[in-house]
Amino acid sequence: MEMTKEQTQALIDEVLEVYPEAARKDRAKHLAVNDQANAGSKCITSNRKSQPGVMTIRGCAYAGSKGVVWGPVKDMIHISHGPIGCGQYSRAGRRNYYTGLTGVNAFGTMNITTDFQERDIVFGGDKKLAAAIDELEQLFPLTKGLSVQSECPVGLIGDDIEAVARQKGEELGKTIVPVRCEGFRGVSQSLGHHIANDTIRDHVLQPNEGKEFETTDYDVAIIGDYNIGGDAWSSRIILEDMGLRVVAQWSGDGTLAEMENTPKVKLNLVHCYRSMNYIVRYMEEKNGIPWVEYNLFGPTKIEESMRKIAGFFDDKIKAQTEAVIKRYREQWDQVIAKYRPRLEGKSVMLYVGGLRPRHIIGAYEDLGMEICGAGYEFAHNDDYVKTTPEVKDATLLFDDASAYELEEFVKKLKPDLVGSGVKEKYVFQKMGFPFRQMHSWDYSGPYHGVDGFAIFARDMDLTMNNPCWKNMKAPWTKTEAADLAKTA
Amino acid sequence: MANVMIQYNEQGELCLYLPKKDLEEAITHFEFDEEQRWGGEVHLISGAIYYIDPMPSRPKLPITVRAKRLQAA
Ligand code: SF4
Repeated sequence: MEMTKEQTQALIDEVLEVYPEAARKDRAKHLAVNDQANAGSKCITSNRKSQPGVMTIRGCAYAGSKGVVWGPVKDMIHISHGPIGCGQYSRAGRRNYYTGLTGVNAFGTMNITTDFQERDIVFGGDKKLAAAIDELEQLFPLTKGLSVQSECPVGLIGDDIEAVARQKGEELGKTIVPVRCEGFRGVSQSLGHHIANDTIRDHVLQPNEGKEFETTDYDVAIIGDYNIGGDAWSSRIILEDMGLRVVAQWSGDGTLAEMENTPKVKLNLVHCYRSMNYIVRYMEEKNGIPWVEYNLFGPTKIEESMRKIAGFFDDKIKAQTEAVIKRYREQWDQVIAKYRPRLEGKSVMLYVGGLRPRHIIGAYEDLGMEICGAGYEFAHNDDYVKTTPEVKDATLLFDDASAYELEEFVKKLKPDLVGSGVKEKYVFQKMGFPFRQMHSWDYSGPYHGVDGFAIFARDMDLTMNNPCWKNMKAPWTKTEAADLAKTA
Repeated sequence: MANVMIQYNEQGELCLYLPKKDLEEAITHFEFDEEQRWGGEVHLISGAIYYIDPMPSRPKLPITVRAKRLQAA
């Protein structure tokens, strides 16, 4: 459905109607109609505290640090310090794949927690943390390090996790990173990413400044790829085909040693800008390593990104890149030939974290699909500035949308596909809208890279052209008019 | 006073990054961007204005410096 700017604005106004005045005024700032002429400036308010009383789908700072940035570092144990729930209900939910033997030399899917009880809240949990670290050392001697991920109560009762981490770290001779990522900090998981990046800087990069590491001229690091369903692996194939050497993966299937070696690379490649731009800015200022954003969703963007990356290297890499692109083309042209006719002209509405709505647009467009609405949970102004040129004029943009707003938008825009998180999934499926969970790829993936694109296209086809959507209405509630309309 | 990072963005334009607010914004006017003098008023696209004490030479970018906010966005 083509919409004009006026129509989209009318839709926003209509949805805002139900709010009391103060809430309406505030929410109005978070909803906008895309206007490419306005590119580069502030079009939408973001990264603000959610409106009290409405359902937000944001997470907390702990989720940003433990769940996103630190969690996938596989050879460390990340202690969820505090009550058991925060870690248990988020355990392994992000599907960060890794190699290794879980419980022996890799610990990604385990939930390790200090399991606070009333006693620990009253008398403090530092002793318990120290005891837990000792116990972990005995049970899992092959850990390369530990991180202490604070949950809300730890900050509230004022425990000194830094002192415990320092003392135990010296005792065991291992890196122990205290992370002050209590859930109440900041307005969303975004601050958790930032805090986690800062702790990597302070406890991993700075103490290892002078570390020896044999380098080559073609060393790069993958930054901000969490290997969801194997994403980083399919990205790595492309980079290695280009002739580059990937020395570190931050942080999907990554290790502590890889992170320590990163300040020696020639170029940092940033996939998820929102969660890891902090650390590459630091390395740029401190170690003089340039960084570049890239995007491996869909052929158009893959090609663009490969050339962009190759531009930082010599002619050998550039020539090799062109040769590889030629080879890839044969691969993805087949995918497009197969799926584009089945998906052409369909519309998608996306509401995901802080990066994907703008990154994945190219992949949909390669399949002939169109974005009719895009929104972020926790993006910042720079993310919206980068989104504006990617989506068409008059596209609906929304920031930290409430459950109500989202449902209304979907009812009005009637997209052929909704892409969002697990909390939205069943609501929209029950409303009869094809839905893909775009945080963890709905138990599928990888979606990055050339191999990922084939899986992506297949999944979208499976979802949208699934015969079940025709049977959403009980036969006895079907009206004659609807039947007629179908045959007409 | 706030810590800000002055840097070039991908298009090679100057921009200011405010770590405290996680905000990266394009610079529309940078008062002294010369070899002998660097700093002064920094105007952002959002309308905010910052002031950096001028330095005697142009530093290597990116650089983190202290800046005073003269005007809010
Ligand atoms: S907000 Fe606090 S209690 Fe809730 S999940 Fe986050 S850290 Fe745990």
